[in-house]
Amino acid sequence: MPKHITIDDLTEIMRSSIGLDDDVELTGDRSEMDFADMGYDSLALIELASQLQHRFGVKISDDEALERLRSPHTAVSYVNEQLAGQAV
Amino acid sequence: MPPETDDVRPAETGKGQSVTMNASGVRNAVITGIGVVAPTGIGTDAHWQAVLRGKSGIGRITRFDPASYPVRLAGQVPGFVARDHVSGRLLPQMDVWTHMSIAAADAALADADVNPAARPEYDMAVVTASSSGGTEFGQQEMVRLYQEGPSRVGAYQSIAWFYAATTGQLAIRYGMRGPCGVVCNEQAGGLDSLGHARRLIRSGTGLVVAGGLDASLCPYGLTAQLTNGRISTVDDPDGAYVPFDASASGYLPGEGGAILIVEDEEALGDRIPYGRIAGYASGIDPAPGRGRPRALGRVIRGALADAGIAPRDVDVVFADAMGTPEDDRDEAAALAEVFGARGVPVTAPKTLTGRLYAGGGALDVATALLAMRHNVLPHTTATTQLAPGCEIDLVLGDPRQRRLHTAVVVVRGHGGFTAAVVLQRD
Repeated sequence: MPKHITIDDLTEIMRSSIGLDDDVELTGDRSEMDFADMGYDSLALIELASQLQHRFGVKISDDEALERLRSPHTAVSYVNEQLAGQAV
Repeated sequence: MPPETDDVRPAETGKGQSVTMNASGVRNAVITGIGVVAPTGIGTDAHWQAVLRGKSGIGRITRFDPASYPVRLAGQVPGFVARDHVSGRLLPQMDVWTHMSIAAADAALADADVNPAARPEYDMAVVTASSSGGTEFGQQEMVRLYQEGPSRVGAYQSIAWFYAATTGQLAIRYGMRGPCGVVCNEQAGGLDSLGHARRLIRSGTGLVVAGGLDASLCPYGLTAQLTNGRISTVDDPDGAYVPFDASASGYLPGEGGAILIVEDEEALGDRIPYGRIAGYASGIDPAPGRGRPRALGRVIRGALADAGIAPRDVDVVFADAMGTPEDDRDEAAALAEVFGARGVPVTAPKTLTGRLYAGGGALDVATALLAMRHNVLPHTTATTQLAPGCEIDLVLGDPRQRRLHTAVVVVRGHGGFTAAVVLQRD
């Protein structure tokens, strides 16, 4: 299980499991943009949480998914916080 | 116990008066756009050329290894690449049946020369037919369920499998917020969606995206279909599905169908429709063993009465063509009862595609409209020698040049669902 998630990892998850247009990257300004403003609904966030749990071994409840996975940047930070907490 | 009815239900308004909208106050529902994704090809032109040339889309199933299945042949859409039609943003959220439906609906709206963004959103609706829903997507998630556990079932399973998924995705895609719906009654759905679209047009909706597709050629989908006992196990692409033939052995399944744009004739401006939904009726067979006749004859008469025409006014019938001896004889008898023995040319171009379930009636309507536009009566391939008891004028060998003004399309769905549509052009 990886100990760290990058924006590239998140991009790959979005592309394969949730849906991301080919020419869109989640870097730069877009990393701070709310998923909601990019058109992702709660179903997308639940699926994202499910993928993150499976691939990184973190626990994310549905409520936490809707609360904490607001933007690509916050999602990456949140998962890395969880992973850092596990390591201690 | 429910009352035992096998009524034919013609349209509830404007019976026999639909031709004169102003006189009767009933709006005319016309078909302005066609989008085809079928074993005969992607796009209306590819489909029509395949029909004229008798180019079959039936072959060995390539989607999965069919070696261990009793049926190894099907009509598959050639060269369908979902990415060419659906953005990466939406691709993982949908079944291939919805991908194909999006491709067909985009083409149909372009064909109708309609820009949905320029029209009032509550003036447009989507009513598609589906008999299997997102089977392949569902199979993938079921495999995850039993191999990896419930937490691995994707969130999009909740929407992708559902019969209404395509209607919903199309409504979102085009911003159509009028009265949307889905019709789930197997082969009859493609025509019943048009019947319902006409109902909506008459009650004031300006445009309806109708028709339907199915794409259930995965192990789970095929296994479910096999239970009906009507699929041919003959392992010969030219001889397995030969409706009305002395060697008829059942049908072959197929994927795809057609999307049809239905509009209020008054609102067309300069645009020329393919034709008008002049008549429609639906019915259901009596329970097996009751000794009463099946619904088809009554349904055809109901549709003709609804259109205000006589059997002699019909130029061609697109048959249901089940391909099992008993069903073929029943259909031939119903046609003879309404039109007289060999009283009307009958054709079944679905021998090129297999039976497409919800897509079957929709694709037949598309083919009938193209036939009327080109004044060509498409032939039935595969069938060569009519079975005893099938006394019909089946168009065999080559297409016939013929002035076509009125076409009837009939369907029979699993479980007795039966429908007929009368199409007319000016």
